[in-house]
Amino acid sequence: MSDLSFVRTEMLPEKEPPASTVGAIGWARENLFSGWFNSILTVVSLTVIYYVLSTLLTWAISPTWSATSLGECRDILAEVGREGHYAGACWGVIRDRWIQLLFGFYPSELYWRPILAFILLGVALAPVLFSDKVTPKLLWFSAVFPFLFPWLLWGGTIWAPLAVIAGFVIGWFVYKAVDASAGSLAGIIAAVVAAVVWWMFLSGYVVNGVPNPDDPNAVGGLNALLPIGIEAVESRNFGGFMLSITIGVVAIACSLPLGIVLALGRQSDLLIVKALCVGFIEFIRGVPLITLLFVASTLLNIFMPPGTNFDIILRVIIMATLFASAYMAEVIRGGLAALPKGQYEGADSLGLNYWQAQRLIIMPQALKISIPGIVSTFIGLFKDTTLVSIIGLLDPLGLSNSIRADAAWNGIVWEIYGFIALMFFVFCFAMSRYSMYLERKLHTGHR
Amino acid sequence: MSELAIEREIDRSKMQVSDEVAIEITNMNKWYGAFHVLRDINLTVQRGERIVIAGPSGSGKSTLIRCINALEEHQQGQIVVDGTVLSSDLKNIDKIRSEVGMVFQHFNLFPHLTILENCTLAPIWVRKIPRKEAEETAMHFLEKVKIPEQADKYPGQLSGGQQQRVAIARSLCMMPRIMLFDEPTSALDPEMIKEVLDTMIELAEEGMTMLCVTHEMGFARQVANRVIFMDQGQIVEQNEPEEFFNNPQSDRTKLFLSQILGH
Ligand SMILES: Nc1ncnc2c1ncn2[C@@H]1O[C@H](COP(=O)(O)OP(=O)(O)O)[C@@H](O)[C@H]1O
Ligand SMILES: [Mg+2]
Repeated sequence: MSDLSFVRTEMLPEKEPPASTVGAIGWARENLFSGWFNSILTVVSLTVIYYVLSTLLTWAISPTWSATSLGECRDILAEVGREGHYAGACWGVIRDRWIQLLFGFYPSELYWRPILAFILLGVALAPVLFSDKVTPKLLWFSAVFPFLFPWLLWGGTIWAPLAVIAGFVIGWFVYKAVDASAGSLAGIIAAVVAAVVWWMFLSGYVVNGVPNPDDPNAVGGLNALLPIGIEAVESRNFGGFMLSITIGVVAIACSLPLGIVLALGRQSDLLIVKALCVGFIEFIRGVPLITLLFVASTLLNIFMPPGTNFDIILRVIIMATLFASAYMAEVIRGGLAALPKGQYEGADSLGLNYWQAQRLIIMPQALKISIPGIVSTFIGLFKDTTLVSIIGLLDPLGLSNSIRADAAWNGIVWEIYGFIALMFFVFCFAMSRYSMYLERKLHTGHR
Repeated sequence: MSELAIEREIDRSKMQVSDEVAIEITNMNKWYGAFHVLRDINLTVQRGERIVIAGPSGSGKSTLIRCINALEEHQQGQIVVDGTVLSSDLKNIDKIRSEVGMVFQHFNLFPHLTILENCTLAPIWVRKIPRKEAEETAMHFLEKVKIPEQADKYPGQLSGGQQQRVAIARSLCMMPRIMLFDEPTSALDPEMIKEVLDTMIELAEEGMTMLCVTHEMGFARQVANRVIFMDQGQIVEQNEPEEFFNNPQSDRTKLFLSQILGH
């Protein structure tokens, strides 16, 4: 009995784990066939996926790239023995019209201008989107780009964008002057008033001179002195994805700052500011975007002095911006509400003033919390730009109607809409991935 | 709460109280809506004093010290800090806040900034000190609170005690003449309390004017030159620590001390 050992002296040799728990089989077993119910679901899903994909791919893989009309497509398909309504896609329409879907009726000899504008857009966005990888010196270009971008697209005299810049400069000096004597709020109001007066009334005289009632085409002002410019393109020639992206990008870029201001205004202690912001947000959110677009396209002209030519694309951009900024304000308000009160107190106790605290402490954190909501609003806004087809602008959807009305392509549906959907998906998916990247980058290990 | 033993010798040679008045509060009253939270507060703090404010929860200790740097607004009476009268004038408030440091129970560090950025933010933006100089000052104070090696980390990566020491360093970077502490150790584990108290003792040894709301009676006994007892929005009793602990006058003080010292 005494040599009986209660402690094991030698170990069993290690065994390989059973094949059923590792590798592809193990994975499938765990994730796809763990129980009879899951197994049935797996089989049903696989069948559905197979059915959808096989139908879709046989339709999409179709030798019709070179066709010049729907009839020709049908002939090509019949030759290879494919008959019927869904025998195959007719890709000829994309080959024939993709340029139009991208640029609308923009003069083809000037395509380089939108192309250059969008390449430069990428350059201007780079230091903003990837601030840790791109030199901050490029931010200078980002600051100038908002004036360069419309000039490249619409063309015309160089003095127009310079007059717009001058408005900002005037506003800045007015702010500096009033801020010193009457406080920052009065300064901001005075600056806005001064800039608007300049843009609305004075800048026209400086650029084009005093209008001559006898000869409305006479040019004066800076244009007469130094007529520098590039060929002008009218708004009704704009179309396709160029139009969608232009409206989308400008509205996105403007709605974020406006949304921040509205969100802060909504939290303000100043009663009038707060009431204005709440009223604006609730009104805009209570009205469908399409209504605002109709107002932009028709009603707004009634309020304008006769003869003013207020560009339709500009009007649409303003409406889309206002619409998105109301949603943006609410998204950001959510981020602000999620911040602990201690952050405000920490900033206050160090002697930071309201704007410093907002800019350095509160907004960076509130915006970071709101990234998913902000990007959702951006994506929604970008897709909503298709609504402009209803008021007669030729965005991709508007163009698709005219393409389908063309005798050669009458009857085409899926190919065009599929192409448009794919393009939108690429942009929206990119935005969504970027937001995930940004969230990861800004994650600094909260409690 | 425990009475934490403070092991090291405390150098009281520099802890001298001058005649100069640092804070003067006269007949101050404050209400939250209809709730009278501070009643007839009168308090004079000389430069160099270390004052501990004790009292049961909800007695208005936090509210009192938050009134001193205008985080809360008082409705009646007068508060003079460093010769500046606290009024609703924003310029005065910002001036006082930049000269009065405050340390909170929950640190209130800025989680999106590194430790170094936390410490240089206010000097750069409020005091308009060049970045380089501000960083040097910040490193000096981070060394003082013994965490210079954490300068490039984010607050979320530090322990509670380290975060609180960063918070103290952040306040010190503004070169304040007065420091307010609102239960700086209440959110910390026992082993971290000591490192924070050590930092505070060092500050006291350098002659900083300090107002501390704390339940650390060991700290009160050895560092404070005056203990103030508050209850229901009033200053019930104030005395030197020895007298305060050994010979409390009012019944409320006696009850509080018996509870907190665990007799
Ligand atoms: N923002 C506030 N609004 C209303 N009542 C408050 C507010 N802050 C504190 N109080 C009340 O004021 C009293 C004193 O609070 P406080 O100064 O935080 O007490 P202490 O720090 O001594 O525990 C408490 O009864 C508390 O409920
Ligand atoms: Mg408290």
